[in-house]
Amino acid sequence: MSNEAVLHTPSSYAVHDDHAHDHHHHETFITKYVFSQDHKMISKQFLITGMVWALIGGLLSVLFRLQLGYPDSKFPWLQDLLGKFWVEDGRITAQAYYALVTTHGTVLIFFVLTAGLSGTFANFLIPLQIGARDMASPFMNMLSYWFFFAASCVMFSSLFVETGPFSGGWTAYPPLSALGQASPGSKTGMDLWLISMALFVVSTLLGGLNYVATVLNMRTKGMSMTRLPLTIWALFFTAVLGILTFPVLFSGFILLIFDRNFGTSFYLSDLYVNGTVLPNEGGSAILYQHLFWFLAHPEVYIVMLPAMGMVSEILSINSRKPIFGYIAMVGSLFAITCLSLLVWAHHMFVTGLNPFLGSIFVLFTLLIAVPSAIKVFNWLTTLWRGNIRFTPAMMFAIGFVSLFISGGLTGIWLGNSALDIHLHDTYFNIAHFHLVMGVASFFGMFAGVYHWYPKMYGRQLNNTLAYIHFWVTMIGAYLIFWPMHYEGLAGMPRRYYDYSIWESFKQFAELNRFISTVVIIVFATQFLFLFNFFYSIFKGRKATNPNPWGANTLEWTTPIHPGHGNWPGEIPEVHRWAYDYGKDDREFIPQTEPVGANESHH
Amino acid sequence: MMTAVRSNQPKKLHPHKFTLWVAMGSICMMFAALTSAYIVKRNQGIWEDVSFPKMFYYSTVVIIISSITIHIALKAFKARERNRYKFFITLTVFLGVLFALLQWIGFKELTNSGIKLLGAGSNAAASFLVVIIGLHTLHVLGGIIALIVAFFRAFSKKTINYNTTSIEIVATYWHFVDLLWIYLFIFLAWIK
Ligand code: HEM
Ligand SMILES: [Cu+2]
Repeated sequence: MSNEAVLHTPSSYAVHDDHAHDHHHHETFITKYVFSQDHKMISKQFLITGMVWALIGGLLSVLFRLQLGYPDSKFPWLQDLLGKFWVEDGRITAQAYYALVTTHGTVLIFFVLTAGLSGTFANFLIPLQIGARDMASPFMNMLSYWFFFAASCVMFSSLFVETGPFSGGWTAYPPLSALGQASPGSKTGMDLWLISMALFVVSTLLGGLNYVATVLNMRTKGMSMTRLPLTIWALFFTAVLGILTFPVLFSGFILLIFDRNFGTSFYLSDLYVNGTVLPNEGGSAILYQHLFWFLAHPEVYIVMLPAMGMVSEILSINSRKPIFGYIAMVGSLFAITCLSLLVWAHHMFVTGLNPFLGSIFVLFTLLIAVPSAIKVFNWLTTLWRGNIRFTPAMMFAIGFVSLFISGGLTGIWLGNSALDIHLHDTYFNIAHFHLVMGVASFFGMFAGVYHWYPKMYGRQLNNTLAYIHFWVTMIGAYLIFWPMHYEGLAGMPRRYYDYSIWESFKQFAELNRFISTVVIIVFATQFLFLFNFFYSIFKGRKATNPNPWGANTLEWTTPIHPGHGNWPGEIPEVHRWAYDYGKDDREFIPQTEPVGANESHH
Repeated sequence: MMTAVRSNQPKKLHPHKFTLWVAMGSICMMFAALTSAYIVKRNQGIWEDVSFPKMFYYSTVVIIISSITIHIALKAFKARERNRYKFFITLTVFLGVLFALLQWIGFKELTNSGIKLLGAGSNAAASFLVVIIGLHTLHVLGGIIALIVAFFRAFSKKTINYNTTSIEIVATYWHFVDLLWIYLFIFLAWIK
């Protein structure tokens, strides 16, 4: 009886079982491509929306890098293109610069690396890899996308309002975010930012609830938790983190909305803006920081974990070796999830935080390095003496490991509250988080797209373009962010419009120009990927092998073009873990194959 | 028909119910954040406690009774006693609305005693009450809507449905907002 509700949803293809393929519900264009409840279509919607945002977010960074790299040059053609708010006298305006930086950060962290990454791959891989027809609630899943879409529209519209989009940083600290009179971007732009982010939180929660419910309840027969591929574990912990922390951000936003619109003083005190003294008393801007970072630190792992999961999977498949230390991998994911909830104040070392409390946060922060190091060790040992196939996905996965190490090491510097006095809010911090989170997660996402593309579209991407894309992006990423460490160590602060007026940073003028030039090249290279992606949907080489990488997981047991319901017949049963590669002289043994009588133990 | 689902995907808990539990965890986090913000703010500088309105004691009684009535309603539904069910579910809706009303009156009481809830020169403790209690009341109103939907679903003329899942989900949620209120009540009224 209790299955009733499930059977009413399109996930219930089990009911048609043997003849599902000739028994599809009648699907119109709208239900198939727009308001689709099929997890595979929703995942593509997330992916393509995320790609659009990545393009916009990247373009914004090219624009502000133009200002940083060429502070004395004039770009009259940009003014013709963008108008006076953004460019005046051929120079990007200061207000526009802050708006660009803020929107770049918000969009890339939330819309691309949260929605675009876990939205895409949680949707695509969870049902396929655990052996389910669809999500626990396909309807909620669809809503999740449409809330994201609405959030996107609102955020996009904020680029076009007269006073510009919000410009107080992606962290939206009050008072800039709370007082309309504080800056042009704090007016309508901030209202739209808040509405958009509120919609976004709803989207993430709807999605996350579904992912958790699906992983825990809808696994096929034989798929015990310890047989799950690491992708699923990672996506699961990602969803758990989101469910626990996004509501806290939401609370922070609610208090912010009251301060903005109803004259309360949760975050505001003793302010003097444009010559007027404000009546607000007793509020604390630090309170907002606590609420914000309680989400925003775990958020960096929400961004990171899916990439880690996919990379683990891709490294193992393409080394033709079992993943090294499966249980340690799951354990370290769990440890990271728990610890990441206990370190938020390392973003607040210099806010006047009690030094004793600070030292506790230092301890927990440095503790995260332990599970992180376990993961790195296991990735390297998986590669060690593997029979490596350098597919594009594999290249990006290895690139991910490299970036994660480079960026993670500087985290240990920043995690020391004493060093952080010098390093906080400098380009050193920018370099750290871009390498470890920004670029690394992008690499995870690229790896995922290159790897699962044949499953998504039934065609292959072009490899030559993929390799060019990889090498330029990889080398470019290091050329862009490595020098920023030096700038930061020299004390160059982040979030400034023009460094050329500073005697001490004049030495970096050429370095900044170099960085900006590489940014433009790397950005242009992404068009190769975009072209490859969209061209191959229609014209790519047709996939002929349902299991092109020789992988063990369940998604490769579906037909090349799986319908809604994924498997035409019964859902296959699982008999083993996902990592039997190179075992008993066999290259790979799919999870669906029963354990043989005289098979060796792993 | 059902066997395929059953044999392939053994389930302990209906997935929608499971989702509800996770969602309730999420809602808990939201209120945990707000109440911790309350504590943080309280320990800082300017803070004037406000007297907790009497009306909130009445509303507490009302919401506890509504938890009992929805429990009886659920039992009646399971026993297929339609009229009893109808009566108690209506009573629950009524009590829910009454609860929201009493909260409103409670805030009226506060403003009448000269406390400024919002706007320039407002009392931070009172603003917190508005946010926390207001948000909780929104969750109660959401529950009322869910109750009404479940009610019409279960008794639509076209299909008579004996499936208890949706009504069970609503009942669980209803107990949850009740418990949440008791937590908030204890926190706001007694923890000084
Ligand atoms: C080895 C583990 C890590 C440690 C010890 C660490 C430590 C830190 C510390 C202490 C800061 C604050 C610096 C400051 O504001 O002065 C920071 C900033 C940051 N970290 Fe990490 N981190 C680690 C890994 C990561 C990972 C895995 C990610 C992303 C997935 C990440 C993303 C960020 C971001 C986005 C910021 C900057 C936020 C901002 O101020 O705008 N970190 N990190
Ligand atoms: Cu952090």
